Amino acid sequence: MKYIVAIIQPDRLEEVMQRLEEKEIHLVTVTTVMGRGRQKGIAEVYRSHKEAGTLLKKIKLEIAVNDDFVQPTLAAIIEGGRTGQVGDGKIFVLNLDECIRIRTGETGGPAIG
Amino acid sequence: MMKTKWIWVLALLAITMMTWRAPAQSAGAGPAAMSVAPSAAAVNTGDNAWVLISSALVMLMTIPGLAFFYGGLVRRKNVLSILMQCFMLMCLISLQWILFGYSLSFGPDLHGWIGSLHWAGLQHVSFDTPHWDPVTASSYAGTIPHQTFMIFQMMFAVITPGLILGAFAERMKFSAFCVFSLLWATVVYDPVCHWVWGKGGFLGKLGALDFAGGTVVHINAGIAALVAALVLGPRLGYPQRMSPPHNLPFAVLGAALLWFGWFGFNAGSALSASGLATSAFVVTHTAAAAAGLTWAVMDWLFNKRPTLLGVISGAVGGLVAITPAAGFVNVLGAIGIGLGAGILPWIFVSLVKPKLGYDDALDAFGVHGVGGTWGAIATGLWATKAVNPAGADGLFYGNPTQLLIQLKAVGVTLVYALVVSFVLLKLVDLVLGLRAEPQAEKIGLDLTDHRETGYTMLD
Repeated sequence: MKYIVAIIQPDRLEEVMQRLEEKEIHLVTVTTVMGRGRQKGIAEVYRSHKEAGTLLKKIKLEIAVNDDFVQPTLAAIIEGGRTGQVGDGKIFVLNLDECIRIRTGETGGPAIG
Repeated sequence: MMKTKWIWVLALLAITMMTWRAPAQSAGAGPAAMSVAPSAAAVNTGDNAWVLISSALVMLMTIPGLAFFYGGLVRRKNVLSILMQCFMLMCLISLQWILFGYSLSFGPDLHGWIGSLHWAGLQHVSFDTPHWDPVTASSYAGTIPHQTFMIFQMMFAVITPGLILGAFAERMKFSAFCVFSLLWATVVYDPVCHWVWGKGGFLGKLGALDFAGGTVVHINAGIAALVAALVLGPRLGYPQRMSPPHNLPFAVLGAALLWFGWFGFNAGSALSASGLATSAFVVTHTAAAAAGLTWAVMDWLFNKRPTLLGVISGAVGGLVAITPAAGFVNVLGAIGIGLGAGILPWIFVSLVKPKLGYDDALDAFGVHGVGGTWGAIATGLWATKAVNPAGADGLFYGNPTQLLIQLKAVGVTLVYALVVSFVLLKLVDLVLGLRAEPQAEKIGLDLTDHRETGYTMLD
């Protein structure tokens, strides 16, 4: 089992979701986050005072998958998320120790699906 | 402990009962004794309707106008503290005004300095006949009931300390705020109001023009704001680690409501539904438009992009600046005043404040102090008797003396507001302490002073 965390551009979310759907990956948690990479951010100006904060809005996807689904998931995120510009984001793949479905008490692989 | 609290409540009720009877006893000694005093027949229903509506419009300027303008500009953790301060002022100063504030401001004159307490608790303030001053044989407003004039003026008394709170936002203890505001309204606003607008007030007698409160309201509050910012010191982390305004749409909503309410403030100050009210309405709108545009252009030129906060700051600055001039200038003057109000506060907020390092959190001084001073001076430039025969000509209409009179009124107000505001702040600091604890400031005043939060994280 793997836990996939991806940071993508906000305007790519629909595209990524569609690709995931096509590959029958339905379980995903989405949050809006602030972040910064090599792209840097845009400083805001209020009454001529330039703000120090240079973070940009990003979308964070979190997807827990069984090993068979790791490659399709990565493919879906890359296909949907890539624009070729700086700031397209990153994907992190983490090992997942355990998964428990709260309703039934199932554990491991079956609980993810 | 619980029992003592209830005893206090009962004592308060008992006092209320006693004072309740006072006006009734002395009702017979009203202004009826005057031979030439206007009677109820003098009341013009159109004038009365307009000034009553104007009073409601000016009320709207404090809550929700100013509350949301300022509330949107602070950080999330302090939004309620701002709304609370504005709302509490409405409660606190309204009662102060009824009980003694109106009498100190507009009551029978004592040597040009202050009104007497003859009208305390609205004694001798009629709800169906106009005011009449036997000494000067004139009236504040001869065609509306005295209480209409009183309630209109009340809304000005409420908003003025409200303007100051922009300077000490996000760091003043609520208890200290309440005490300071009440003292300031009584010792600064009421006397200055009397000097300029009260029958027999010495600045009014001097011939200073202040149609709707540039000196009384905006310079007065602006200077107090500067003093407060200096006495309280900057917020923790200022200027490097400050968050941007937490809700700019709130600020825009507030500024738009201020603009709307300002028609009551300025056109209502004609105290009649007259051509003068129309003229004041038109020039008020013109100056706001010119100043909002000017600030946007300044931003465009010097910061590469026009900002929304800039446009609304400019519009408010324009409204501030046209306030003293509203009944004395034509649209040409209004455009000139608006241009100045877009440039001068911009310079103060963008260049002077960062250089000097004082933390006028929401630019109460930068916009109201600077804009108000500009407006008072500009009145001495563009005033013309063609608009208002009861006014005066300014420098551009061949009367340089008026400019000197305006400067004198500005100077007197400035010095008085500066000194007395400083003394009051030090006094409250000594007794209660002005600043919230550093820990409370970090957590946010909403939670520490009121045990509430503006926004929940979860449903």
